[in-house]
Amino acid sequence: MLEIKDLTHTYADGHVAVRDVNLTVANGELVSIVGPSGCGKSTLLRCIAGLIRPAEGQVILDGRPADGVPEGLAVVFQDYSRSLLPWLSVRDNVALPLKRRGMSKAQRREAATEALESVGLAAAGGKYPWQLSGGMQQRVSIARALAYRPSLLLMDEPFGSVDAQTREDLEDLTLQVRGGNDMTILLVTHDIDESVYVGDRVVVLGASPGHVRADLPVDLPGPRDQISTRELPEFVRLRAEVGRLVRGVTETTATAAK
Amino acid sequence: MTTQTVSPRSPRAARPLTRTGRWARGAVGVAALFAASELLGRAEVVDRSYLPPASEIVTRAVELVGDTLFLQYLLDTLTAWAVGLGLAIAIAVPLGLLLGSVPAVNTATRAIVEFLRPIPSVALIPLAGLLLGSGLNMKVALIVYAASWPILFNTMYGLDEVDPAAKETLRVFGFGRAEILLRVSLPSAAPFIATGIRLAAAIALILAVGTEIIAGFGEGLGIFIAQAYSMPDGARDVLAGTVWAGTLGLAIDAGLGQTQRRMFRWHHARQGGTT
Repeated sequence: MLEIKDLTHTYADGHVAVRDVNLTVANGELVSIVGPSGCGKSTLLRCIAGLIRPAEGQVILDGRPADGVPEGLAVVFQDYSRSLLPWLSVRDNVALPLKRRGMSKAQRREAATEALESVGLAAAGGKYPWQLSGGMQQRVSIARALAYRPSLLLMDEPFGSVDAQTREDLEDLTLQVRGGNDMTILLVTHDIDESVYVGDRVVVLGASPGHVRADLPVDLPGPRDQISTRELPEFVRLRAEVGRLVRGVTETTATAAK
Repeated sequence: MTTQTVSPRSPRAARPLTRTGRWARGAVGVAALFAASELLGRAEVVDRSYLPPASEIVTRAVELVGDTLFLQYLLDTLTAWAVGLGLAIAIAVPLGLLLGSVPAVNTATRAIVEFLRPIPSVALIPLAGLLLGSGLNMKVALIVYAASWPILFNTMYGLDEVDPAAKETLRVFGFGRAEILLRVSLPSAAPFIATGIRLAAAIALILAVGTEIIAGFGEGLGIFIAQAYSMPDGARDVLAGTVWAGTLGLAIDAGLGQTQRRMFRWHHARQGGTT
């Protein structure tokens, strides 16, 4: 279980990125996080990943306060192209973190090939990241996270630069992988439909400073389907509610700014 | 106020030269210099024993290939160059990694570095000669000293340029500091280090030949030049020896440049260049 307690983070310049964030995520749960830009979602993810130490509050993993980078963590960064190492082939990029898993070279290679197949990049293993398009690079960084079989997966707008068809495929792949492994996933997205479609819960963040505005359970039957799930009355109701919440937040800030 | 910069969009710059084109242009330059020197020599504007025509110098330079003593000297200089450059790499790269990744050490050593750096290494030749004699040791010591600087600074500069996103990626996958240094920072800085080594290779050759010339006795290409200098009518040999020094420098630089391009294709691809 992942617990975030009274998390507040202020940067050195005095900017308060998030204030009093409380959030509990059960093991195996997939929580979507939506919010306007400036809602501190990146700060929140970086605190959970152990990359920054929050000014106040705690990140608690399975009952223990996290100190540094949690064990079994994988992150799909928004800046996918910079997170891939240009001197390693695509396959070696995917295989690299598996060294931490104590796998042999052959096992790493096999797992990397398999993960690349699952994101539809079976043929690209021998290429270099910079020889691929942006969308393909993003799929490589998703493959790298999946091959690692993390217990906690943080995704920062992971499907931002792929075409609509691939995006749907990757959403389904995420759901499928999560089902097969006991994986806790936090997925930050700008896409309201996506947040409802993949999430067990949707957490709506408000901006300046970032705080939890709403925490909505998604009561949709599984397995989810791109066509039929999206036409369910509950889906339509939820996406409208999330939409209003996100928009409401933006409007309040806009008025406040004036 | 006028600016001297040439717009990169000018039609001249728009079409980069092909490989053969570059070679051809280089050859034209060499031919022009050769012709000018030949004319100057033949016209006897200066005394022929001071400046022989280019053809005579080149003929003598080719002749020297058959001279076993000269070849031995050439080998001596190259040995000092290789040992010195190798040691400089072995010292400066780890030192650069240390200074570049531990700010406290960097701050503590900055004063020493800034004091030593401006001392021209040639000025140290008499001191090194006093302490180490005139053999291989003294040459190597000076080469190591002079060649370490560009490697050290390029390593530190390369570390500064490492993308923090790449380091963070390995951090979240649980890699420790040392592993990140080895797996991300070092390979990422490698193209910069290679440039430093290429600069150092040229400096090492200058120091190898220069030290020999100033020391005046012992073995090496510089000794050959220094001895020819003291002979009557020695200008031809001095210049033929100099041609060899230049040829060595050119060959070393071309070889290293080629290796660099082949090894760091990813670096150039990322920067969008074609070289």
